[in-house]
Amino acid sequence: MVKEEVVLVNFWSSPFGSRVKIALEEKGIHYEYKEEDIFNKTSFLSTINPIHNKVPVLIHNQRFICESLNIVEYIDEAWTDRSPQFLPSDPLHRSQARFWADFIDKQLYEASKKIYRGKGEEEQVNGKKEVLRILKLMEGELGEKAFFGGDNLGFVDITLIPFYSRFYTWETFGKFSIEEECPNLVAWAKRCMQKQSVANSLPDPLKIYDYIVSFDKYYDK
Amino acid sequence: MADEVKLYAVGGSPFVCRVKIALNLKGIEYQNFEEDLSNKSADLLKYNPVYKKVPVLVHNGKPISESLVVVEYIDDVWKGVPILPQDPYEKAVARFWAKFIDDKCIPAIFKVFGSNGDKQAISEACEQLQILENELASKGNKFFGGDNINLVDITADFLAYWLEIIEEATEIKLVTKDKFPKITEWADNFVNCQVVKEILPPREHLLAFFRKRFGKA
Repeated sequence: MVKEEVVLVNFWSSPFGSRVKIALEEKGIHYEYKEEDIFNKTSFLSTINPIHNKVPVLIHNQRFICESLNIVEYIDEAWTDRSPQFLPSDPLHRSQARFWADFIDKQLYEASKKIYRGKGEEEQVNGKKEVLRILKLMEGELGEKAFFGGDNLGFVDITLIPFYSRFYTWETFGKFSIEEECPNLVAWAKRCMQKQSVANSLPDPLKIYDYIVSFDKYYDK
Repeated sequence: MADEVKLYAVGGSPFVCRVKIALNLKGIEYQNFEEDLSNKSADLLKYNPVYKKVPVLVHNGKPISESLVVVEYIDDVWKGVPILPQDPYEKAVARFWAKFIDDKCIPAIFKVFGSNGDKQAISEACEQLQILENELASKGNKFFGGDNINLVDITADFLAYWLEIIEEATEIKLVTKDKFPKITEWADNFVNCQVVKEILPPREHLLAFFRKRFGKA
């Protein structure tokens, strides 16, 4: 059997990279991890992601796949023989999963940055309100399910859970408690953290906090 | 049981037209419900409570929104002419380009017209367009999808038709044949596809709309 080459190029704090890590670990796919210092990008990164020059990038048998949700879908489709399946087989449920993943992807990260990087108190407060609006919508969508994917982690779980590492940062800067506002969502996050794939893939919340506090000179790369 | 397919739409929207192209490609009949965005219907608000926007596809009573999610749904449900490749890597490549067009290209272009032709905005939009130009040049195909249109071409519909009309309305030219010969050629091929031609909104209506919108009426 030909040995597959699977490499994840990532930066440790990236919630987008964590999505890919979780997906690889959930499927039990062996991979090599390459850390890319996003404050000192190498020419290697611009070779594998010439359009965006960003992490994460998955290298699979010398082919490069970019954009985290794209990578997660690719992993799901390229390794169909491995469970769990992240996206449902039913087209309607699949479209709903894609809708919510897209919703989180478009809105949450940008809103959250306002909490700690917003210019002035108004922007910071707006950031907090937006984050809570998004999280409450997701909590509503979760409902009584254990995971967004049902009994197992699915596409939406993988998309959202990496941000759990940032809850402490958002709460500390924004002076609020996400658990008070969205108890079921935090319960979901804790359930996810009991999975090895998630626990192995998420950076420590305190490390994230220190990192965010220390880099106010730098912006997103 | 016969399929019931409804589309909540605004005929002039390029995002709505993405869905119409996909439906047309698959030969699906549907009921079109034209929305007045200044007075959204109760149905639209019910079917898309998160964004309250068009397009929304309602298939046997179940709503699907966000144009690219809808287009992939259409491809998943109805076989026939494929919108996405079968191979997982080729699919990932198509989705990458669709996302690039949607997240980077189109917003950069909107900024040009929204800022009334600000030099910085034009420069940034041209950077994104050059990336697309290079991609078309490197592959040397008629369409992003090869010989036939695929998800990427459908996502880029705004570039093929609406852009030129806004350029005329505002007298701000972004895509010239000199600067972007491949995009120009691709656009011409795209709008002449039967499945696209049939659903494009009338040029005069769009021109009048954009003239009014950008204060040049």
